[in-house]
Formats: sequence, C-alpha cells, structure tokens
Amino acid sequence: MTTIALNETSTLVYQRPHSLATCNTNYCPGCTHGIAHRLLAEAIDELGLQERTILVAPVGCSVFAYKYFQMDGCEAAHGRAPAMATGIKRVQPEKMVVTYQGDGDLASIGMAEIVHAAARGENITTIFVNNAIYGMTGGQMAPTSLPGQKTTSSPFGRDTQMTGYPVRMSELLSTLDGATYIVRRSLHDIANIRKAKKAILTALKVQMNGMGFSMVELLSSCPTNWGLEPSEALHWIEKNMIPAFPLGDYKVHEEVKSL
Amino acid sequence: MTKQMLKGNIAIAEAAIRAGVEAYFGYPITPQTELLEHMSKRMIELKRVFLQAESEVAAINMVYGAACTGVRVMTSSSSPGFSLMQEGLSYIAGSELPCVVVDVMRGGPGLGNILPSQGDYFQITRSAGHGDYHPIVLAPASVQEAIDLTVLAFELADKYRHIVIVAADGLIGQMMEPAELPPMQAVATERPSWALTGAKDREPNAIASFYLKAEEEEAFNQKIQTTLQKIQKTEQRSTEFYTDDCEILVVGYGTAGRIALSAVQTARDNGMKVGLFRPLTLWPFPEKRLSELADVVGACLVVEMNAGQMVEDVRLATGGQIPVSFYGRMGGVIPMPDEILHEIETHCRQLKNCEGIVTLSERAK
Repeated sequence: MTTIALNETSTLVYQRPHSLATCNTNYCPGCTHGIAHRLLAEAIDELGLQERTILVAPVGCSVFAYKYFQMDGCEAAHGRAPAMATGIKRVQPEKMVVTYQGDGDLASIGMAEIVHAAARGENITTIFVNNAIYGMTGGQMAPTSLPGQKTTSSPFGRDTQMTGYPVRMSELLSTLDGATYIVRRSLHDIANIRKAKKAILTALKVQMNGMGFSMVELLSSCPTNWGLEPSEALHWIEKNMIPAFPLGDYKVHEEVKSL
Repeated sequence: MTKQMLKGNIAIAEAAIRAGVEAYFGYPITPQTELLEHMSKRMIELKRVFLQAESEVAAINMVYGAACTGVRVMTSSSSPGFSLMQEGLSYIAGSELPCVVVDVMRGGPGLGNILPSQGDYFQITRSAGHGDYHPIVLAPASVQEAIDLTVLAFELADKYRHIVIVAADGLIGQMMEPAELPPMQAVATERPSWALTGAKDREPNAIASFYLKAEEEEAFNQKIQTTLQKIQKTEQRSTEFYTDDCEILVVGYGTAGRIALSAVQTARDNGMKVGLFRPLTLWPFPEKRLSELADVVGACLVVEMNAGQMVEDVRLATGGQIPVSFYGRMGGVIPMPDEILHEIETHCRQLKNCEGIVTLSERAK
C-alpha cells in the first residue's frame, strides 16, 4: 500500500481501498469485475472488517480474487464456494465470510451449494457477478445467457428449444425462508454503481448482525467475450440484460430495514 | 477405562470426538449412517460443529473450508459417496490441508449394495481424486482398531498436513464388539500460522491449489512428493501372526485379514506352516516388512473382498521373488474361513510339488 504524502492544502478524496491488494489483476480492459472488487473492498474498509474477513474465490475469471484482496482468502472448487464458506463460517462464526462467484460458478455447477446455503440461512455474504457468459474459458453459453445470445458454444444464438432459458437466481433464492437479503443491482453506470455499493454494505451488515444469508447480484459486462467495446458493453447491460434480469430488492427481511 | 459393547460406526465417531474433532460435515449413506447420527447428537451437546450437508460434494467442500481454519475436521461416507468426494479431496491435497475421511466401504460398482466390500482399495489408495498424490489410508480389522486408528488418523493428518482415510467396510461399521474408548482430549485452541483466521496483525494468508505456470505447479508437486516420501519412509504399519516359521504367507487387511486369521489358525492346528500379514496402512503400503518376509516364505496368498486390488501392491513389494496368488469374494459376499483354508491347503500341496519354489525348511539346509 503506497502512502501518498499530502501537503497542508490538499485533501485526500479518493484512493485505493485498504482491503484491495496492490497487485495487477488478470481482468480484461473494460470488465466490471474491477468495479465489483472495488465496491466490496470499500464496503469492507468502511465497516472496519478487513482483519476479520475471509474471502472465498470461485472458479472463473475471478479465480484469483483471493489474491486481489488484502485479507485472508482461499480458492474453492468450481461452484462449491458456498459449501467452503459454510465450513469456514461454522467454525469461526465471529469472522466475516464472503463468497465472490460468477454465473457459471453459482448458477450452473454450483446451483445445489448456493441454494442450500441460502436455505440454511447460512450467515455468509455472496457477491454474484452475472455477465451472462463463461469468461475464463473463452465465452461459452452460461445459465444466464439470454435467448438468442451468440456465444462460442451457442454459435447460432441460444436456442431455447434446445437449451432452455436464463436462470434468475435472485428471484429463485428469494423464495427460500433462509434467505435474508437478496437484491439485484447493475454496474453499467454511476448511479447504479452507487446503489450496488449501498447494497453490498447492507449485505455485509446483515452478516455482521447474524441475520442470515445475503446476496447481491451484480449485472456486469464482458466486452471481450461479448465482442463489444467497453462502452457498448455497458449499454448492452442496460438494453438487454436489465429487461431479462430486472433490478430490485427480491428479499429484504423485515429486520434488515432497521439496519 | 473399561471395555464396552460398541458398534463400529459409533465407536469411530466417539473416538474422533475424543481425539478433538471440532467440526463434522456429512451426508447419510448406508452402511455408515450411525456415524453421522452419533455426531449429530454428541457434537451439538459438546457445542462443536455438526452439519448435515446437501450432498457428499458439499460435505467435503465444507470440510475443505473448515480445514482452512486449522481445526480438526472430519467427514464420513460409503463408497458411492466417497466417489463424489474425490473433487474436494483433490483440492484439499492441493492445498496441503489436514482432514480425516472415513470410508465404510460397500459393494459396487454403481449403486451396488450396502454390504461389506473392499472394492474401494484402488480408489482410496491411488489418489482419491485427480492429480499426483496418495492419501494416508488406515485399515482397521476390529472395532478396537477402528477406534485406535481414528485417533492416529488425526495425529497423522496434523503431522503431515495431509488427508487421512480410515478405510473400514460395512462389517466393521455395523458389528458390535467390546472395545475401549480413549480418554477425552481437549480441543486445540491454538490455530496454525497458515490458517485463515482473519489477517489481524499479520500479512494475509491465502489457501489455493492454483499455479498457472508449469514450473510453479511442478515445484508444488515436488513439495507434495517430498512429504509423501517422508510418509512412505516413516509411517508403514502392519501386524503379523505366526510369521516366525511360516512357509505360506496369507496377506489380507481389514475384515478379510481378520477372517483369514481364523483360517490361518485352523491351518496351524492342522500342522501347516502358515502365517498372516495384515497391513494397517494401505498407503503407504507396508512394503518394507512384506519384502523382508518374501525373503523367507515360499508363497503368498492374498485375500480380499474385491476382484484383486491390493494383490498388485503385494506383487510389487515381493518383486517376483515368490508366487503370489489371490482369493477374493465380491459384491458384498464375505469369504468364510473354510474357503480361505481350502486355498491355503491347495497352496501347501502346490508348494510341495512345485519345482523352483524353495521352502523355508529347504532354505534352512
């Protein structure tokens, strides 16, 4: 962490969050993982949780997330982050445990683990980055790919007759009594990024207060695998993803409102 | 302490508790379910962690998470469930974490049945998951040994930061016999320096099994191999009966080894010079002692409750010095002492007729 010397007339208004490591990331230019990381790190800093948070990284583009945060972290098997987080949290209930997962990880191979973590009311927080594609393996169809979306494994567009429909995880998990706080936000513009930050803060507070399972779904861009310029990709979120994955609060337990 | 009548599965669970297990995650599967049930009561009473997972996949990944925090952690299953755990086990091995897994083996392949089998020998001793490693595998032949080896399992897991599997079978799990439990050990309060406990007043710890560069992955593999070599050198364990003057050596582990002992005792009563070698560690295989015995016996008969799996390790350990034959029953059929005795008798006759085989009495000349 570089400390910037300020002179008497300067005021520091913006800097790298303490909870974010100073290393370079492997993310592509224009990818919104960077924003999601920063929001989580800022929230952890603001709540003073850096020294007691353990991050569980997924398999996918954010596979190295455990290196990108300046706090304890580990690398789960594909989709199993909620189970691994359960193991960590159950033996150290006083610690904060956060999983950071993509759509392939959480909504496909890890469907059982996330559903049961939520059903148990596991007192962990999940940051769910939904960009409707498998990024790390090079742009294959994801469980959240949109009907007609062209990917490297649906080259003619996602055919719903053959491969079904996108899974809406926030809506699905919100039906479970164990889920305390489930919201969907987007990272496509400043106003929505601010809302996403607020949601992450609330999700962490839910865990701090032992209220149960919390998840913030973040609609994110993947310019590389969507074949779009970064700015076009942000527009694509707004135009195509939000109609399919409406933003909103899907489950906010009564006691969360007092936070 | 005094002996009490104990069912194998419950004895293993209680032994783990007394060895200081802090967290247990499992999924019901016959013939190990009583182990999970015992944990569901006792761990809660003791204010430790018990959780019934949604699957064996989740259970082993919960074990993986708990192991990251440096506590003594355990799961148990039976063959089909153990198959599902291979993914998590590979990650645990790749992260150099300690844990104990109990496999109460049953008939297979597929759904198979719920009867005793030793069909998982390859699965548990070769790697128990993708990549180059072997878990330490302990094979009890009685309820008492199941207790003792469970306690040892936690010690070895911590000592080497490695997976230890207690390989029982449906018979060991289900039968009751008198056994003595160890005294209650206190749960460890200190956590190892590598544990994920929150980066307070230290640099963050990271636990992962991910190396993008081939050279780094190879260097890590070499590190695992160094640990495994150390284990292989120091942790081979076996027990033996009537081996002082035996000409035919029967080799069997767990239930098969125990039944073979009855056959060997009858053979001795009938004047046949037969002994029994029973591996307690299936990995590392007790090749040093078996190799020594191969120098002095005339032939070897391997008895297993499978189609012949450990027999390969026996052949490797004896290096072609002596003929090695095999007798096995599969699918949950337990071999009877008479069947094994018949095999021993056949060997005795063959040994006398067979040219090229030097018996112990001939060697003595």
